[in-house]
Amino acid sequence: MRIVVPIKAVPDLVEEIDLAADETGIDREYLTFVISEWDAQALEEALLLKDAGGAEVVAVGLADDPDIDQLLYTALAKGADAAVKLTGAGAAGPSGPSGTRTADRAALLAAYLDAQPADLVITGVQAADDLDGQLPSRLAALLDLPHVSVVIGVEVGGGSATVRQEFAGGRSHELQVQMPAVIGVQSARQAPRYAPITRIRQAMNAGGLSELAVPARAAGDGLVVRRVHRPEASGKAEMMTGSAGEVAGQIVGLLRARGLVKG
Amino acid sequence: MSVNVMVLAEHTDGQVSDGTYELIGQARALAAALGGVTEVALLGRADLAGQLGPADVVVCVEHPALEEYVPEAYERALLEVLAQRSPRLLLLSNATIGLDLGAALSVHWDAPLAAYVSALEIDGGAVVATAQILGGKVLAEVELPGRRGIATLLGGAFGADLGAAGAGPEVVHVAPPAGLGALRMSLRSVVGPDGGDIDISAADLLVSVGRGIESQENLETVQELADALGAPLSASRPVVDAGWLPKSRQVGQSGLKVKPRVYLAFGISGAPEHLEGMRRSEMIIACNTDPGAPIFGVAHYGTTLDLFDLVPELVDKVRG
Repeated sequence: MRIVVPIKAVPDLVEEIDLAADETGIDREYLTFVISEWDAQALEEALLLKDAGGAEVVAVGLADDPDIDQLLYTALAKGADAAVKLTGAGAAGPSGPSGTRTADRAALLAAYLDAQPADLVITGVQAADDLDGQLPSRLAALLDLPHVSVVIGVEVGGGSATVRQEFAGGRSHELQVQMPAVIGVQSARQAPRYAPITRIRQAMNAGGLSELAVPARAAGDGLVVRRVHRPEASGKAEMMTGSAGEVAGQIVGLLRARGLVKG
Repeated sequence: MSVNVMVLAEHTDGQVSDGTYELIGQARALAAALGGVTEVALLGRADLAGQLGPADVVVCVEHPALEEYVPEAYERALLEVLAQRSPRLLLLSNATIGLDLGAALSVHWDAPLAAYVSALEIDGGAVVATAQILGGKVLAEVELPGRRGIATLLGGAFGADLGAAGAGPEVVHVAPPAGLGALRMSLRSVVGPDGGDIDISAADLLVSVGRGIESQENLETVQELADALGAPLSASRPVVDAGWLPKSRQVGQSGLKVKPRVYLAFGISGAPEHLEGMRRSEMIIACNTDPGAPIFGVAHYGTTLDLFDLVPELVDKVRG
Protein backbone atom coordinates (compact mmCIF):
# COMPACT_ATOMS: atom_id res chain seq x y z
CA MET A 1 0.00 0.00 0.00
CA ARG A 2 1.31 3.41 -0.95
CA ILE A 3 0.36 6.35 1.27
CA VAL A 4 1.20 9.86 0.10
CA VAL A 5 1.25 12.58 2.76
CA PRO A 6 1.29 16.13 1.35
CA ILE A 7 2.81 18.50 3.89
CA LYS A 8 2.82 22.27 3.99
CA ALA A 9 5.06 24.85 5.62
CA VAL A 10 3.15 27.58 7.44
CA PRO A 11 4.32 30.57 9.49
CA ASP A 12 4.98 29.72 13.12
CA LEU A 13 2.02 31.38 14.81
CA VAL A 14 3.94 31.82 18.03
CA GLU A 15 5.74 34.66 16.27
CA GLU A 16 4.43 38.08 15.40
CA ILE A 17 3.21 38.27 11.80
CA ASP A 18 4.24 41.37 9.84
CA LEU A 19 2.30 42.52 6.81
CA ALA A 20 3.84 43.32 3.44
CA ALA A 21 4.02 47.03 2.66
CA ASP A 22 1.42 46.78 -0.15
CA GLU A 23 -1.04 45.11 2.24
CA THR A 24 -1.81 42.18 -0.06
CA GLY A 25 0.06 39.58 1.94
CA ILE A 26 2.29 38.91 4.88
CA ASP A 27 6.00 39.68 5.00
CA ARG A 28 7.59 36.23 4.87
CA GLU A 29 11.20 37.34 5.05
CA TYR A 30 11.87 37.06 8.78
CA LEU A 31 9.31 34.42 9.66
CA THR A 32 10.06 30.93 10.87
CA PHE A 33 8.10 28.25 9.02
CA VAL A 34 6.94 25.01 10.60
CA ILE A 35 4.93 22.03 9.40
CA SER A 36 1.21 22.77 9.46
CA GLU A 37 0.07 21.17 12.69
CA TRP A 38 -2.68 19.16 10.97
CA ASP A 39 -0.15 17.81 8.48
CA ALA A 40 1.95 16.64 11.42
CA GLN A 41 -1.12 14.77 12.65
CA ALA A 42 -1.68 13.31 9.18
CA LEU A 43 1.92 12.10 8.96
CA GLU A 44 1.54 10.44 12.35
CA GLU A 45 -1.64 8.66 11.26
CA ALA A 46 0.13 7.43 8.10
CA LEU A 47 3.10 6.19 10.14
CA LEU A 48 0.72 4.38 12.52
CA LEU A 49 -0.76 2.55 9.51
CA LYS A 50 2.76 1.65 8.41
CA ASP A 51 3.59 0.39 11.91
CA ALA A 52 0.40 -1.68 12.03
CA GLY A 53 0.48 -3.48 8.74
CA GLY A 54 3.13 -2.23 6.44
CA ALA A 55 2.81 0.62 4.00
CA GLU A 56 5.12 2.80 2.01
CA VAL A 57 4.79 6.35 3.32
CA VAL A 58 5.87 9.15 0.99
CA ALA A 59 5.97 12.73 2.29
CA VAL A 60 5.49 15.32 -0.46
CA GLY A 61 6.08 19.06 -0.26
CA LEU A 62 6.25 22.02 -2.62
CA ALA A 63 9.71 23.35 -3.43
CA ASP A 64 8.28 26.88 -3.13
CA ASP A 65 7.42 26.41 0.55
CA PRO A 66 10.02 27.99 2.86
CA ASP A 67 12.11 25.52 4.91
CA ILE A 68 10.45 22.58 3.16
CA ASP A 69 13.72 20.55 3.02
CA GLN A 70 13.94 20.59 6.80
CA LEU A 71 10.30 19.49 7.14
CA LEU A 72 10.72 16.65 4.64
CA TYR A 73 13.93 15.43 6.32
CA THR A 74 12.07 15.47 9.62
CA ALA A 75 9.38 13.28 8.02
CA LEU A 76 12.09 10.85 6.89
CA ALA A 77 13.59 10.86 10.39
CA LYS A 78 10.17 9.98 11.80
CA GLY A 79 9.86 6.97 9.53
CA ALA A 80 8.66 8.07 6.11
CA ASP A 81 10.13 5.87 3.38
CA ALA A 82 10.63 8.63 0.85
CA ALA A 83 10.34 12.37 0.52
CA VAL A 84 9.62 14.29 -2.66
CA LYS A 85 9.79 17.98 -3.38
CA LEU A 86 7.65 19.19 -6.27
CA THR A 87 8.74 22.02 -8.53
CA GLY A 88 6.65 23.62 -11.19
CA ALA A 89 4.87 26.30 -9.21
CA GLY A 90 4.92 29.79 -10.66
CA ALA A 91 8.36 31.31 -10.38
CA ALA A 92 6.80 34.69 -9.65
CA GLY A 93 6.46 33.96 -5.96
CA PRO A 94 3.56 32.94 -3.78
CA SER A 95 0.12 33.15 -5.29
CA GLY A 96 -1.75 33.69 -2.03
CA PRO A 97 -1.32 36.17 0.81
CA SER A 98 1.01 33.92 2.80
CA GLY A 99 2.18 31.31 0.29
CA THR A 100 1.05 29.16 -2.59
CA ARG A 101 -2.74 29.15 -2.58
CA THR A 102 -4.60 25.89 -2.11
CA ALA A 103 -5.86 25.78 -5.69
CA ASP A 104 -2.32 25.87 -7.12
CA ARG A 105 -1.02 23.50 -4.45
CA ALA A 106 -3.75 21.00 -5.24
CA ALA A 107 -3.09 21.29 -8.99
CA LEU A 108 0.59 20.40 -8.53
CA LEU A 109 -0.17 17.53 -6.19
CA ALA A 110 -2.84 16.22 -8.55
CA ALA A 111 -0.32 16.21 -11.41
CA TYR A 112 2.10 14.26 -9.20
CA LEU A 113 -0.56 11.78 -8.07
CA ASP A 114 -1.75 11.26 -11.65
CA ALA A 115 1.75 10.12 -12.55
CA GLN A 116 2.41 8.20 -9.33
CA PRO A 117 -0.93 7.15 -7.85
CA ALA A 118 -1.44 6.43 -4.16
CA ASP A 119 -3.79 4.04 -2.41
CA LEU A 120 -4.38 6.67 0.22
CA VAL A 121 -3.61 10.36 0.35
CA ILE A 122 -3.55 11.47 3.97
CA THR A 123 -3.08 15.15 4.72
CA GLY A 124 -4.07 17.76 7.26
CA VAL A 125 -7.74 18.72 7.26
CA GLN A 126 -6.77 22.37 6.96
CA ALA A 127 -3.90 24.81 7.32
CA ALA A 128 -3.85 28.13 9.16
CA ASP A 129 -3.72 30.09 5.91
CA ASP A 130 -5.81 28.14 3.40
CA LEU A 131 -7.91 31.15 2.55
CA ASP A 132 -9.24 29.63 -0.69
CA GLY A 133 -10.34 26.40 0.94
CA GLN A 134 -8.91 23.14 2.19
CA LEU A 135 -6.56 20.88 0.29
CA PRO A 136 -8.03 17.38 0.86
CA SER A 137 -11.37 17.81 -0.85
CA ARG A 138 -9.99 20.05 -3.60
CA LEU A 139 -7.35 17.45 -4.40
CA ALA A 140 -9.93 14.67 -4.33
CA ALA A 141 -12.18 16.63 -6.69
CA LEU A 142 -9.32 17.09 -9.19
CA LEU A 143 -8.49 13.37 -9.01
CA ASP A 144 -12.14 12.27 -8.87
CA LEU A 145 -11.51 10.30 -5.69
CA PRO A 146 -13.77 9.88 -2.65
CA HIS A 147 -12.75 12.04 0.30
CA VAL A 148 -13.49 12.44 3.99
CA SER A 149 -12.21 15.28 6.16
CA VAL A 150 -12.05 16.05 9.89
CA VAL A 151 -10.92 12.48 10.46
CA ILE A 152 -9.67 11.27 13.85
CA GLY A 153 -8.60 7.73 12.99
CA VAL A 154 -7.96 5.55 9.93
CA GLU A 155 -7.86 1.77 9.63
CA VAL A 156 -7.21 -0.15 6.46
CA GLY A 157 -8.25 -3.60 5.29
CA GLY A 158 -9.61 -5.41 2.24
CA GLY A 159 -9.26 -2.57 -0.24
CA SER A 160 -11.11 -0.03 1.87
CA ALA A 161 -10.40 2.36 4.68
CA THR A 162 -12.53 2.78 7.78
CA VAL A 163 -12.40 6.31 9.10
CA ARG A 164 -13.90 8.23 12.01
CA GLN A 165 -15.23 11.63 11.00
CA GLU A 166 -15.69 14.07 13.83
CA PHE A 167 -18.49 16.59 14.41
CA ALA A 168 -19.04 19.26 17.05
CA GLY A 169 -19.83 18.11 20.55
CA GLY A 170 -17.86 14.86 20.39
CA ARG A 171 -20.19 13.09 17.93
CA SER A 172 -18.58 11.09 15.12
CA HIS A 173 -19.45 8.91 12.14
CA GLU A 174 -17.65 5.74 11.16
CA LEU A 175 -17.44 5.55 7.37
CA GLN A 176 -16.15 2.84 5.09
CA VAL A 177 -14.44 4.33 2.05
CA GLN A 178 -13.20 2.59 -1.07
CA MET A 179 -9.54 3.13 -1.86
CA PRO A 180 -7.96 5.05 -3.44
CA ALA A 181 -9.23 7.94 -1.35
CA VAL A 182 -8.17 11.25 0.14
CA ILE A 183 -8.39 11.67 3.91
CA GLY A 184 -8.16 15.00 5.76
CA VAL A 185 -6.90 14.38 9.27
CA GLN A 186 -7.96 16.47 12.26
CA SER A 187 -5.95 14.47 14.78
CA ALA A 188 -4.06 11.19 14.76
CA ARG A 189 -4.86 8.36 17.14
CA GLN A 190 -1.81 9.39 19.15
CA ALA A 191 0.26 12.54 19.48
CA PRO A 192 2.82 12.99 16.67
CA ARG A 193 6.08 11.18 17.39
CA TYR A 194 9.22 13.15 18.07
CA ALA A 195 12.26 13.01 15.81
CA PRO A 196 15.53 13.73 17.63
CA ILE A 197 17.78 16.25 15.89
CA THR A 198 20.51 13.62 15.49
CA ARG A 199 18.18 11.48 13.42
CA ILE A 200 17.11 14.46 11.31
CA ARG A 201 20.81 15.16 10.64
CA GLN A 202 21.32 11.51 9.68
CA ALA A 203 18.45 11.80 7.23
CA MET A 204 19.99 14.95 5.76
CA ASN A 205 23.39 13.29 5.38
CA ALA A 206 21.82 10.25 3.77
CA GLY A 207 20.11 12.44 1.17
CA GLY A 208 16.91 10.68 0.23
CA LEU A 209 15.01 13.83 -0.70
CA SER A 210 14.19 13.77 -4.38
CA GLU A 211 13.02 16.64 -6.53
CA LEU A 212 10.43 16.27 -9.24
CA ALA A 213 9.14 18.74 -11.80
CA VAL A 214 5.45 18.34 -12.50
CA PRO A 215 3.33 20.02 -15.15
CA ALA A 216 1.06 22.47 -13.38
CA ARG A 217 -2.59 22.26 -14.29
CA ALA A 218 -4.62 25.39 -14.65
CA ALA A 219 -6.28 26.09 -11.34
CA GLY A 220 -9.01 28.46 -12.50
CA ASP A 221 -9.82 31.93 -11.23
CA GLY A 222 -9.08 32.42 -7.59
CA LEU A 223 -9.95 35.03 -5.06
CA VAL A 224 -8.86 38.60 -5.56
CA VAL A 225 -7.17 39.78 -2.39
CA ARG A 226 -8.11 43.43 -1.86
CA ARG A 227 -6.03 43.87 1.26
CA VAL A 228 -4.87 42.15 4.40
CA HIS A 229 -4.86 43.80 7.78
CA ARG A 230 -4.69 43.03 11.45
CA PRO A 231 -7.85 42.64 13.46
CA GLU A 232 -8.79 46.05 14.80
CA ALA A 233 -7.94 46.16 18.45
CA SER A 234 -11.49 45.85 19.68
CA GLY A 235 -10.23 47.33 22.93
CA LYS A 236 -12.66 45.01 24.59
CA ALA A 237 -10.41 43.52 27.23
CA GLU A 238 -9.55 45.75 30.13
CA MET A 239 -5.83 45.05 30.60
CA MET A 240 -4.72 44.45 34.17
CA THR A 241 -1.30 45.76 35.07
CA GLY A 242 1.02 45.31 38.01
CA SER A 243 3.01 42.44 39.47
CA ALA A 244 1.86 38.84 39.27
CA GLY A 245 0.70 39.12 42.88
CA GLU A 246 -1.33 42.25 42.18
CA VAL A 247 -2.97 40.86 39.05
CA ALA A 248 -3.74 37.61 40.89
CA GLY A 249 -5.39 39.73 43.58
CA GLN A 250 -7.59 41.47 40.98
CA ILE A 251 -8.62 38.17 39.39
CA VAL A 252 -9.49 36.59 42.72
CA GLY A 253 -11.50 39.73 43.51
CA LEU A 254 -13.51 39.26 40.31
CA LEU A 255 -14.15 35.60 41.16
CA ARG A 256 -15.05 36.39 44.76
CA ALA A 257 -17.56 39.03 43.62
CA ARG A 258 -19.35 36.25 41.72
CA GLY A 259 -19.23 33.85 44.63
CA LEU A 260 -16.81 31.57 42.81
CA VAL A 261 -14.15 31.85 45.52
CA LYS A 262 -15.28 31.34 49.06
CA GLY A 263 -14.12 33.57 51.90
CA MET B 1 -28.12 32.29 -12.96
CA SER B 2 -30.17 33.80 -10.15
CA VAL B 3 -29.29 36.41 -7.56
CA ASN B 4 -30.41 34.14 -4.74
CA VAL B 5 -28.34 33.11 -1.76
CA MET B 6 -28.39 29.44 -0.76
CA VAL B 7 -27.58 27.86 2.60
CA LEU B 8 -26.91 24.17 3.24
CA ALA B 9 -28.94 23.10 6.28
CA GLU B 10 -27.18 20.95 8.86
CA HIS B 11 -29.24 18.71 11.08
CA THR B 12 -28.69 16.10 13.76
CA ASP B 13 -31.33 13.83 15.29
CA GLY B 14 -34.11 15.71 13.57
CA GLN B 15 -32.97 19.14 14.76
CA VAL B 16 -31.69 21.84 12.44
CA SER B 17 -28.43 23.14 13.95
CA ASP B 18 -28.04 26.60 15.53
CA GLY B 19 -25.30 27.30 13.01
CA THR B 20 -27.78 26.88 10.16
CA TYR B 21 -29.82 29.82 11.50
CA GLU B 22 -26.67 31.94 11.59
CA LEU B 23 -26.10 31.08 7.92
CA ILE B 24 -29.72 31.91 7.09
CA GLY B 25 -29.45 35.24 8.90
CA GLN B 26 -26.45 36.19 6.81
CA ALA B 27 -28.06 34.84 3.63
CA ARG B 28 -31.12 37.04 4.17
CA ALA B 29 -29.00 40.17 4.49
CA LEU B 30 -27.06 39.32 1.32
CA ALA B 31 -30.15 38.30 -0.63
CA ALA B 32 -31.76 41.63 0.24
CA ALA B 33 -28.68 43.47 -1.04
CA LEU B 34 -28.68 41.43 -4.25
CA GLY B 35 -32.41 41.63 -4.81
CA GLY B 36 -32.83 37.87 -4.51
CA VAL B 37 -34.30 35.42 -2.03
CA THR B 38 -32.92 33.02 0.57
CA GLU B 39 -32.96 29.34 -0.34
CA VAL B 40 -32.08 26.48 1.98
CA ALA B 41 -30.94 23.10 0.67
CA LEU B 42 -32.37 20.47 2.99
CA LEU B 43 -31.00 17.00 2.27
CA GLY B 44 -32.49 13.73 3.44
CA ARG B 45 -35.08 15.13 5.85
CA ALA B 46 -37.81 17.04 4.01
CA ASP B 47 -39.89 16.64 7.19
CA LEU B 48 -37.69 19.29 8.85
CA ALA B 49 -38.74 22.03 6.40
CA GLY B 50 -41.08 23.40 9.09
CA GLN B 51 -38.03 24.37 11.15
CA LEU B 52 -36.76 26.60 8.37
CA GLY B 53 -39.25 29.46 8.77
CA PRO B 54 -36.75 32.25 8.07
CA ALA B 55 -36.04 30.91 4.54
CA ASP B 56 -37.99 31.96 1.44
CA VAL B 57 -37.53 28.63 -0.36
CA VAL B 58 -36.58 25.20 0.99
CA VAL B 59 -35.12 22.86 -1.64
CA CYS B 60 -35.43 19.23 -0.59
CA VAL B 61 -33.70 16.12 -1.91
CA GLU B 62 -34.92 12.83 -0.51
CA HIS B 63 -32.89 9.62 -0.68
CA PRO B 64 -31.98 6.93 1.88
CA ALA B 65 -28.25 7.74 1.45
CA LEU B 66 -28.94 11.27 2.76
CA GLU B 67 -30.49 10.43 6.12
CA GLU B 68 -27.22 11.08 7.91
CA TYR B 69 -24.34 13.16 6.65
CA VAL B 70 -22.15 11.14 4.26
CA PRO B 71 -19.69 13.38 2.39
CA GLU B 72 -20.03 11.89 -1.08
CA ALA B 73 -23.82 11.62 -0.88
CA TYR B 74 -24.18 15.23 0.26
CA GLU B 75 -21.75 16.43 -2.39
CA ARG B 76 -23.63 14.75 -5.23
CA ALA B 77 -27.04 15.87 -4.01
CA LEU B 78 -25.89 19.43 -3.45
CA LEU B 79 -24.30 19.61 -6.91
CA GLU B 80 -27.66 18.59 -8.35
CA VAL B 81 -29.40 21.31 -6.34
CA LEU B 82 -26.81 23.89 -7.45
CA ALA B 83 -27.21 22.88 -11.09
CA GLN B 84 -30.99 23.28 -10.91
CA ARG B 85 -31.24 26.41 -8.75
CA SER B 86 -28.07 28.30 -9.83
CA PRO B 87 -27.74 30.54 -6.77
CA ARG B 88 -25.42 33.54 -6.84
CA LEU B 89 -23.82 32.43 -3.58
CA LEU B 90 -23.66 29.28 -1.46
CA LEU B 91 -23.03 29.57 2.28
CA LEU B 92 -21.66 26.66 4.30
CA SER B 93 -20.52 26.33 7.90
CA ASN B 94 -16.76 26.48 8.40
CA ALA B 95 -17.13 23.33 10.52
CA THR B 96 -16.97 19.66 9.51
CA ILE B 97 -19.41 19.84 6.60
CA GLY B 98 -18.01 23.04 5.13
CA LEU B 99 -14.41 21.89 5.55
CA ASP B 100 -15.40 18.62 3.91
CA LEU B 101 -17.44 19.86 0.96
CA GLY B 102 -16.43 23.47 0.27
CA ALA B 103 -13.30 22.98 -1.81
CA ALA B 104 -14.71 20.01 -3.75
CA LEU B 105 -17.82 22.02 -4.67
CA SER B 106 -15.54 24.88 -5.69
CA VAL B 107 -13.96 22.57 -8.27
CA HIS B 108 -17.10 20.81 -9.49
CA TRP B 109 -19.38 23.85 -9.50
CA ASP B 110 -16.53 26.00 -10.83
CA ALA B 111 -16.92 28.78 -8.28
CA PRO B 112 -14.34 30.58 -6.13
CA LEU B 113 -14.35 29.73 -2.42
CA ALA B 114 -13.49 31.90 0.57
CA ALA B 115 -12.91 30.05 3.86
CA TYR B 116 -12.83 31.24 7.52
CA VAL B 117 -15.25 34.04 6.65
CA SER B 118 -16.28 36.37 9.49
CA ALA B 119 -17.98 39.07 7.41
CA LEU B 120 -19.64 39.21 3.99
CA GLU B 121 -20.99 42.13 2.02
CA ILE B 122 -22.08 43.14 -1.44
CA ASP B 123 -19.96 45.99 -2.75
CA GLY B 124 -21.20 47.37 -6.06
CA GLY B 125 -22.40 43.95 -7.17
CA ALA B 126 -19.24 42.16 -6.07
CA VAL B 127 -19.23 39.69 -3.19
CA VAL B 128 -16.57 40.70 -0.68
CA ALA B 129 -15.59 38.43 2.20
CA THR B 130 -13.41 39.06 5.22
CA ALA B 131 -11.56 35.91 6.26
CA GLN B 132 -9.67 35.28 9.49
CA ILE B 133 -6.45 33.48 8.67
CA LEU B 134 -3.30 32.49 10.54
CA GLY B 135 -5.17 31.71 13.73
CA GLY B 136 -7.13 34.96 13.57
CA LYS B 137 -3.96 37.09 13.57
CA VAL B 138 -4.56 38.38 10.05
CA LEU B 139 -7.74 39.40 8.26
CA ALA B 140 -7.89 39.08 4.49
CA GLU B 141 -10.47 41.08 2.54
CA VAL B 142 -11.14 39.19 -0.68
CA GLU B 143 -13.43 39.55 -3.67
CA LEU B 144 -15.07 36.43 -5.09
CA PRO B 145 -14.83 37.08 -8.83
CA GLY B 146 -17.30 35.72 -11.33
CA ARG B 147 -21.03 35.14 -11.20
CA ARG B 148 -21.18 32.61 -8.40
CA GLY B 149 -19.23 31.89 -5.27
CA ILE B 150 -18.99 29.83 -2.10
CA ALA B 151 -18.18 31.01 1.40
CA THR B 152 -17.64 28.94 4.54
CA LEU B 153 -18.66 31.00 7.56
CA LEU B 154 -17.19 30.88 11.04
CA GLY B 155 -19.71 29.96 13.70
CA GLY B 156 -20.59 32.65 16.21
CA ALA B 157 -19.49 35.48 13.92
CA PHE B 158 -23.00 36.11 12.62
CA GLY B 159 -26.29 36.64 14.39
CA ALA B 160 -28.89 33.91 14.07
CA ASP B 161 -32.08 34.84 12.27
CA LEU B 162 -34.96 33.28 14.13
CA GLY B 163 -37.60 35.38 12.44
CA ALA B 164 -40.18 33.69 10.26
CA ALA B 165 -41.01 34.89 6.78
CA GLY B 166 -44.79 35.39 6.85
CA ALA B 167 -46.50 32.40 5.29
CA GLY B 168 -43.49 30.12 5.67
CA PRO B 169 -41.14 29.01 2.96
CA GLU B 170 -42.11 27.57 -0.37
CA VAL B 171 -40.99 23.93 -0.44
CA VAL B 172 -39.67 22.51 -3.70
CA HIS B 173 -38.31 19.04 -4.41
CA VAL B 174 -35.35 18.11 -6.55
CA ALA B 175 -35.10 14.51 -7.75
CA PRO B 176 -32.12 12.67 -6.29
CA PRO B 177 -29.28 12.27 -8.80
CA ALA B 178 -28.54 8.74 -10.02
CA GLY B 179 -25.05 8.97 -8.52
CA LEU B 180 -26.52 8.43 -5.04
CA GLY B 181 -26.96 4.78 -5.96
CA ALA B 182 -23.26 4.24 -6.65
CA LEU B 183 -21.41 5.80 -3.76
CA ARG B 184 -17.82 4.89 -2.95
CA MET B 185 -18.42 5.21 0.79
CA SER B 186 -21.01 4.12 3.32
CA LEU B 187 -21.94 5.00 6.89
CA ARG B 188 -21.23 2.16 9.31
CA SER B 189 -22.16 3.72 12.61
CA VAL B 190 -22.93 6.93 14.43
CA VAL B 191 -20.93 7.35 17.63
CA GLY B 192 -22.24 9.62 20.39
CA PRO B 193 -20.03 11.70 22.65
CA ASP B 194 -17.97 9.85 25.25
CA GLY B 195 -19.73 9.91 28.57
CA GLY B 196 -18.21 9.39 31.97
CA ASP B 197 -16.01 12.43 32.34
CA ILE B 198 -16.99 15.75 33.90
CA ASP B 199 -19.36 17.77 31.71
CA ILE B 200 -17.42 21.00 31.22
CA SER B 201 -20.42 22.65 29.57
CA ALA B 202 -22.24 22.49 32.91
CA ALA B 203 -19.54 24.22 34.98
CA ASP B 204 -19.91 27.75 36.42
CA LEU B 205 -16.17 28.30 36.29
CA LEU B 206 -13.64 26.84 33.89
CA VAL B 207 -9.86 26.96 34.09
CA SER B 208 -8.74 26.54 30.50
CA VAL B 209 -5.27 26.08 29.03
CA GLY B 210 -3.83 26.34 25.53
CA ARG B 211 -0.66 25.90 23.59
CA GLY B 212 1.16 28.29 25.97
CA ILE B 213 1.30 25.54 28.61
CA GLU B 214 4.13 24.04 26.50
CA SER B 215 4.30 20.58 28.10
CA GLN B 216 2.24 17.99 29.89
CA GLU B 217 4.32 18.40 33.07
CA ASN B 218 3.37 22.07 33.18
CA LEU B 219 -0.30 21.13 33.34
CA GLU B 220 0.16 20.31 37.01
CA THR B 221 0.59 24.00 37.81
CA VAL B 222 -2.78 24.85 36.31
CA GLN B 223 -4.42 21.69 37.65
CA GLU B 224 -3.45 22.90 41.11
CA LEU B 225 -5.32 26.15 40.49
CA ALA B 226 -8.34 24.29 39.12
CA ASP B 227 -8.36 22.08 42.23
CA ALA B 228 -8.08 25.07 44.54
CA LEU B 229 -11.05 26.70 42.77
CA GLY B 230 -13.04 23.47 42.55
CA ALA B 231 -13.32 24.01 38.79
CA PRO B 232 -12.72 21.56 35.95
CA LEU B 233 -9.69 21.96 33.73
CA SER B 234 -10.53 22.49 30.07
CA ALA B 235 -8.36 23.18 27.05
CA SER B 236 -8.07 24.35 23.49
CA ARG B 237 -7.49 21.87 20.70
CA PRO B 238 -3.66 21.68 20.62
CA VAL B 239 -3.56 20.48 24.24
CA VAL B 240 -6.07 17.72 23.50
CA ASP B 241 -4.43 16.75 20.19
CA ALA B 242 -1.14 16.39 22.08
CA GLY B 243 -2.88 13.84 24.29
CA TRP B 244 -2.42 15.87 27.48
CA LEU B 245 -6.13 16.08 28.28
CA PRO B 246 -9.06 13.96 27.10
CA LYS B 247 -11.32 15.05 24.27
CA SER B 248 -14.15 15.62 26.75
CA ARG B 249 -12.23 18.67 28.03
CA GLN B 250 -11.91 20.37 24.66
CA VAL B 251 -13.58 23.75 24.16
CA GLY B 252 -14.20 24.95 20.62
CA GLN B 253 -15.66 24.10 17.28
CA SER B 254 -14.64 20.44 17.30
CA GLY B 255 -15.09 20.17 21.06
CA LEU B 256 -17.81 21.58 23.27
CA LYS B 257 -19.44 24.98 23.40
CA VAL B 258 -19.39 26.40 26.91
CA LYS B 259 -20.79 29.49 28.60
CA PRO B 260 -19.69 29.45 32.21
CA ARG B 261 -20.08 32.49 34.47
CA VAL B 262 -16.30 32.91 34.33
CA TYR B 263 -13.85 31.46 31.79
CA LEU B 264 -10.19 31.71 32.80
CA ALA B 265 -7.95 31.30 29.73
CA PHE B 266 -4.24 30.64 30.20
CA GLY B 267 -1.89 30.53 27.22
CA ILE B 268 -4.77 30.47 24.72
CA SER B 269 -4.21 32.75 21.72
CA GLY B 270 -7.82 32.62 20.56
CA ALA B 271 -7.99 30.93 17.16
CA PRO B 272 -11.47 31.37 15.61
CA GLU B 273 -12.36 27.71 16.27
CA HIS B 274 -11.69 28.19 19.97
CA LEU B 275 -13.51 31.51 20.25
CA GLU B 276 -16.56 29.88 18.70
CA GLY B 277 -16.75 27.56 21.69
CA MET B 278 -16.37 30.09 24.53
CA ARG B 279 -17.20 33.61 23.41
CA ARG B 280 -20.63 33.48 25.03
CA SER B 281 -19.15 33.02 28.52
CA GLU B 282 -20.50 35.65 30.92
CA MET B 283 -17.00 36.80 31.80
CA ILE B 284 -13.70 35.94 30.14
CA ILE B 285 -10.35 36.59 31.83
CA ALA B 286 -7.37 35.90 29.57
CA CYS B 287 -3.66 35.54 30.27
CA ASN B 288 -1.38 35.51 27.22
CA THR B 289 2.10 36.99 26.75
CA ASP B 290 1.23 38.21 23.22
CA PRO B 291 -0.62 41.54 23.52
CA GLY B 292 -1.90 41.02 19.94
CA ALA B 293 -3.51 37.64 20.73
CA PRO B 294 -7.08 37.51 19.36
CA ILE B 295 -8.32 36.20 22.73
CA PHE B 296 -8.13 39.80 24.00
CA GLY B 297 -10.73 40.73 21.40
CA VAL B 298 -13.38 38.73 23.27
CA ALA B 299 -12.00 38.81 26.83
CA HIS B 300 -13.40 41.24 29.41
CA TYR B 301 -10.16 41.32 31.39
CA GLY B 302 -6.67 40.53 30.18
CA THR B 303 -3.06 40.32 31.27
CA THR B 304 0.16 39.77 29.34
CA LEU B 305 1.91 38.28 32.39
CA ASP B 306 3.56 34.89 31.95
CA LEU B 307 1.12 32.25 33.10
CA PHE B 308 3.91 30.51 35.01
CA ASP B 309 4.32 33.66 37.14
CA LEU B 310 0.61 34.35 37.52
CA VAL B 311 -0.83 30.91 38.26
CA PRO B 312 1.19 30.16 41.44
CA GLU B 313 0.17 33.58 42.82
CA LEU B 314 -3.45 32.77 42.06
CA VAL B 315 -3.17 29.43 43.86
CA ASP B 316 -1.77 31.23 46.94
CA LYS B 317 -4.51 33.86 46.93
CA VAL B 318 -7.33 31.37 46.42
CA ARG B 319 -6.09 29.20 49.23
CA GLY B 320 -5.87 32.38 51.31
